[in-house]
Parts: sequence; C-alpha cells; structure tokens
Amino acid sequence: MSTDTLTTQKAFLKYLLRLADDRLILGQRVSEWCGHGPVLEEDLALANIALDLIGHSSALYAYAAQIEDKGHDDDYFAYFRDDYEFTNLQLCELPKGDFGFTIARHFLFSSFSYYQYELLKNAKDEQFRGMINKHLKEIKYHLRHSRDWVLRLGDGTEESHERIQNAFDEVWMYVDELFYTDDVDEIMIASGNGADVNSFKDDWKKFVEDTLTEATLTIPDWDQYMISGSRNGMHTEHLGLILTQLQFLRRSHPEADWK
Amino acid sequence: MSTKTLYIEQQIWDYLQEVTDPEIPVLNIIEMGIARGVSIEGDKVTVFITPTYSGCPAMDAIEKMVKEKLVEKGVSNFDVKLDFSQTWTTDWMTDEAKIKLKDFGIAPPEKTTSEEDFLKSISGTKIVPCPLCDSFETELQSQFGSTACKAQYFCNSCHQPFEHFKCI
Repeated sequence: MSTDTLTTQKAFLKYLLRLADDRLILGQRVSEWCGHGPVLEEDLALANIALDLIGHSSALYAYAAQIEDKGHDDDYFAYFRDDYEFTNLQLCELPKGDFGFTIARHFLFSSFSYYQYELLKNAKDEQFRGMINKHLKEIKYHLRHSRDWVLRLGDGTEESHERIQNAFDEVWMYVDELFYTDDVDEIMIASGNGADVNSFKDDWKKFVEDTLTEATLTIPDWDQYMISGSRNGMHTEHLGLILTQLQFLRRSHPEADWK
Repeated sequence: MSTKTLYIEQQIWDYLQEVTDPEIPVLNIIEMGIARGVSIEGDKVTVFITPTYSGCPAMDAIEKMVKEKLVEKGVSNFDVKLDFSQTWTTDWMTDEAKIKLKDFGIAPPEKTTSEEDFLKSISGTKIVPCPLCDSFETELQSQFGSTACKAQYFCNSCHQPFEHFKCI
C-alpha cells in the first residue's frame, strides 16, 4: 500500500468521524428534551429529530469502522472513545439551554448541514453517497422545523423574542468552527468525497441573515471572538459530562447484547 | 431448473406479503417499498430490504419479522440484507397502499416534487386533504408526528386531528 492510499484512507476515517460525532452528540443533547418539551408536538418533534441524528451517526460510524478496517463497529466509536478523541463541534455539545437555545443552535447546524450535504450528495464513493442522500432528505425537515420556530419565536411575544435573541447572541461565538478546514478536508475534496465548506459560506450567511431579519432579530457580530479547536479534540467541559451519561451503561456492561 | 427457481422466487414474495409494517399494520412491506428484492442461488435465499428513515426504530423489528416469517415457512438457508444503494422514497409506495393508508385514517403521501428550489420554497406549506372527510380546510400542527415518517395535521371541518405520511 502506498503512503498516498494510506493518507486518503485516514482522512476518510477522520472525515466520517467528524460528521458522525457532531450528530451523535447533538442527537444525545436533543434527546434530553424527551418528556420535557414545551408542548406535546414539540416533545415528539425533538425526539424524532434526535432519533434521526443518532441514526445518521450510527450509519457513519459503521462505515468509518469499515474504512478503518480494524474490526471495530459503530458502537465502538460511540461508547469506547474518550472526550479528547471526539471531534464534534463545540456547538453540538453545549447544554440544551431553553427551547430558544435548542432551536437557535439547531437552525444554525441544520442549515449548515443542508449546504454541506448538497455538495456531498455527489460524492464519488457509492456507499457514502447513498447515506448522504438519505440523510439529506431528513435534514430538510429539521431545517424547516427549526426555521419555522426561529420565525415564530423571534416575531412572537416580547419574552420569546428576547429569549431567541439571547440564544443567538450566546451561540454565535461557536459558528465559525463550522467552516474550519484542514488537510483532512483538502484530501477529501481532492478525492471527490469532500465538501468545500467555504464555497457556500457567503450563501449560508445570507440565508441565516435573511431568516433572522424576517424574524425581527438582530444579527450578532460575525467578527466577534470565535471559538476553535474542537476538530482536533479540544472541547468544553460539557462534552465529558454528556459522554459520562451516554457511555456509562455500555462501559459497565461491555458484553451486554440486546439480542 | 429455471422454472423452478422462478417459482421459488415468487413464493418468497408471497411470504413477504404476509409481513406487515409494525407501525402501520394495514400495509405489508412490499406495499411500503421496504422489500426491494429477492435473489436465489441454489437453495440460498437472499432478501433485500431498504430502511425508510435513518432513525426508524421499526427497521430492526422488520428485519426480525422477515427472518421469522422465512423460518415459519420452512426456508432454512437465507440472509436478510440491508440495501442502501438506492434511497427510499414514498414514491415506491404502491397506489393500492396509498388507498389503504387513507382508509386507515392517515393522509397518504403525494408524489415527491423536485426540490431544486428547496430553500426558496421552505416557508410554503402544502395543503393536505383530510383523510376522514376530504376537506381541504386543514392545518399543519407539527412536522413530526407519532413516528418519524408522519406529520401532525388538524382538520378544521370535522375537527379531528390526523396524521400525514410525509413524502420524502
């Protein structure tokens, strides 16, 4: 095997894990709303969205295991890695906050995912492409859902307006990481399986600005201090705590089987 | 030999027809477009199924039900494989299935449209007729219903809540 092949393979593995970690951690976060939704419909909606995200992560992890070729499976990546090995965005690990925060975060994440997956849906790798196309259909529902709520809360009561505005102000410093790229992205783009996120950055920003403006919200400052580092394993304290909850059962009973 | 193989393949399809969707018991997995193919090599039977939604908890149940059905029918050498090569769409649902859904009280999915302009049409909501009284005076309550594949609607004519099978 040439060094080149090895690099491409490693990059593919890292790329899949980044995508999967985002979705596992955010899915776990969103699932915290189960039984706590503001209204029954939203309880169901958020539980469904969480299920979709965890389903996406499971498929991506399974494929990562195949690419890695070390006999691991999807559960290995979810349950048996430590916080510094997770490469999800800090945006995804932040506590669920109030309903406004959950919606603001999800609107930013799902709109970004939509643009990203629109590029990935033409990936060269057949199995990866199949997954992306499937997940994209569901992302559209997530985006429609969170966008509707941004408008309703922003253009709603005084309190809902204030809360969603605070949520966007609070989460803003985490958005720049969405557009972080390194050699993993370069290799993936070159091999025809990656999305050049900076190619849609302006379109995404305009879409976000248009939605916030329609929701009568103030657009926070794009040039403020922005967080970085999570793609290389740097995280907030919240990741450790969410992993404890997510992993403890599996680690206590590593041989347990549903079947 | 080939006649015999064809006969067996049809037989497997007949068995699959008896496996119903655990969430929507009026439909079988062929009508749902979940059972995608049957292949036979010698005495080995392979059934291909495609998942509907990524997070659909019914998928494992469906896989198990297919296996149980084959065992029940005396098929001993078989494999059930997940087929991801094509993306499941509600367009695979048969017309007959859509009528059954409506009779069951679920507004069936309409044909999917090309979503090139998804972001432009994002705020538009489509009108879904009430499966109970056929009224068009309905409103969307939530994009997500009791399962990932359904949305919640309310009919302002007969004042009944109902579910709409989302088209994807």
